[in-house]
Amino acid sequence: MKQTKETYKKIVDEYTPKNKLLKNCVLAFIFGGAICTFGELIKNILMNFSFSADDAGAMTSVILIALTALLTGIGIYDKLGKYGGAGMIVPITGFANSVVAPTLEFKREGYVLGSASKIFTLAGPVLLFGYSSSMLVGLISYFIDMFVA
Amino acid sequence: MKKIGKQTYKMANDVYIRDVYTLAGTKESEGPLAKDIDFILSDSLWGEKTWEKCEAKMQQYAVENLIKKNNLKKSDIDVMLAGDLLNQIVSSSFAARSLEIPFIGLYGACSTMALSMGVGALLIDGGFASNVVCVTSSHFCCAERQYRTPLESGGQRHMSAQWTVTGSGAVWLSNENNNGDYPKIKNVTFGKIIDLGVTDANNMGAAMAPAFADTVKQNIVDTNSDINYDLIVSGDLGTIGKQIALKLLKDENINIEKKYDDCGTIIFDLEGQDVHAGGSGCGCSAVVFGSFLYKKLIKKEINTLLFTATGALHSPTVSLQGESVPGIAHSIGISN
Repeated sequence: MKQTKETYKKIVDEYTPKNKLLKNCVLAFIFGGAICTFGELIKNILMNFSFSADDAGAMTSVILIALTALLTGIGIYDKLGKYGGAGMIVPITGFANSVVAPTLEFKREGYVLGSASKIFTLAGPVLLFGYSSSMLVGLISYFIDMFVA
Repeated sequence: MKKIGKQTYKMANDVYIRDVYTLAGTKESEGPLAKDIDFILSDSLWGEKTWEKCEAKMQQYAVENLIKKNNLKKSDIDVMLAGDLLNQIVSSSFAARSLEIPFIGLYGACSTMALSMGVGALLIDGGFASNVVCVTSSHFCCAERQYRTPLESGGQRHMSAQWTVTGSGAVWLSNENNNGDYPKIKNVTFGKIIDLGVTDANNMGAAMAPAFADTVKQNIVDTNSDINYDLIVSGDLGTIGKQIALKLLKDENINIEKKYDDCGTIIFDLEGQDVHAGGSGCGCSAVVFGSFLYKKLIKKEINTLLFTATGALHSPTVSLQGESVPGIAHSIGISN
């Protein structure tokens, strides 16, 4: 082979199709936006039934998560994800999908050592960094309050 | 010495490819080879509890039907050479468990079909076996969960990614032709591992293309071009790897453009079936060889073939550790 790693990398880059960034961004915006609009709709309906804004917000999350679990279970969410990309991953529904998908997949290895041990394989990093960053921000805000007050 | 040149073995005796048997999944049955595949699975589980059991059953079924179709007994087969993509090649060993045929498990990732045919040809040519069955398989669902993410997770596949074929193919090699006219294995080139530093596990074609180019070139050099191949076929380079392979060979002054194709691009309708760069997996080259290439040889649409299956010898663990993807390719020179 005449190629070195450096020269070969150039060839690979030349022949590998680029991801369609603009199209993906637009679709992510539409799909993600649609999920959020749908969430707002649920929240407004709930508030019409005289729930407080806080309660309606929490119930909206629960409803979106339940719907995602259902759509993941019947094999629709992954098909939407193919088009929506990040728009389907970033909202709370994406998080729900990333928990339900491995749980379903590893059921055959048993409920405890299969599903239960694999449940956070995709969502684990989100949980870890989510919790750590909220603790960090909480601490910062605590000290700022202490010195400012 | 039957070894010629650096890496090639020339058969001194006749090694006949007596028959093949292929089966594949429902997605493959919507592709261009549908009517030539011997058996189509009802669904991804095919009556089993797990996809892994299904894959083992696929190999077992392929071998059993190959034997039955030719009125053979299991005891007529001296050895079964088999491999697949799963950890510890369990599909093959579980298939062999029920078949009760002496078993040699091989791992060459997606190159295993050519690897098993190569080893089988050497066993027969060396007089160590009279009848050998070579079989490989892959299953989309098993491969996805082992190498990538759970099936139901919603995300996008890379444009360079390939679709693992659900399928299995079994090939019967023999030193006897029973006065029939069968294609013969003329030479075997076992490839070197070539790694040009591709770390993107979603671009297997690019990782394997240099190995393909190297083995094909070596076959041509070692055999002194004594066979003018009507068709040269790579295992599963897909659309991207295919273009790169042509370029690499052209740089070595070997132009195969007019007689080159790739199993990964043959098995699916690339546009219509949304498989991005094409098919892959041990079952890909096995099914394409059995249902398409072998039939071309039998019908004399082609008389010579260089079947070069390619493999990416990586694992998810070492990929995460930042290792690049080592590629391999083995060539089987076949002539009527």
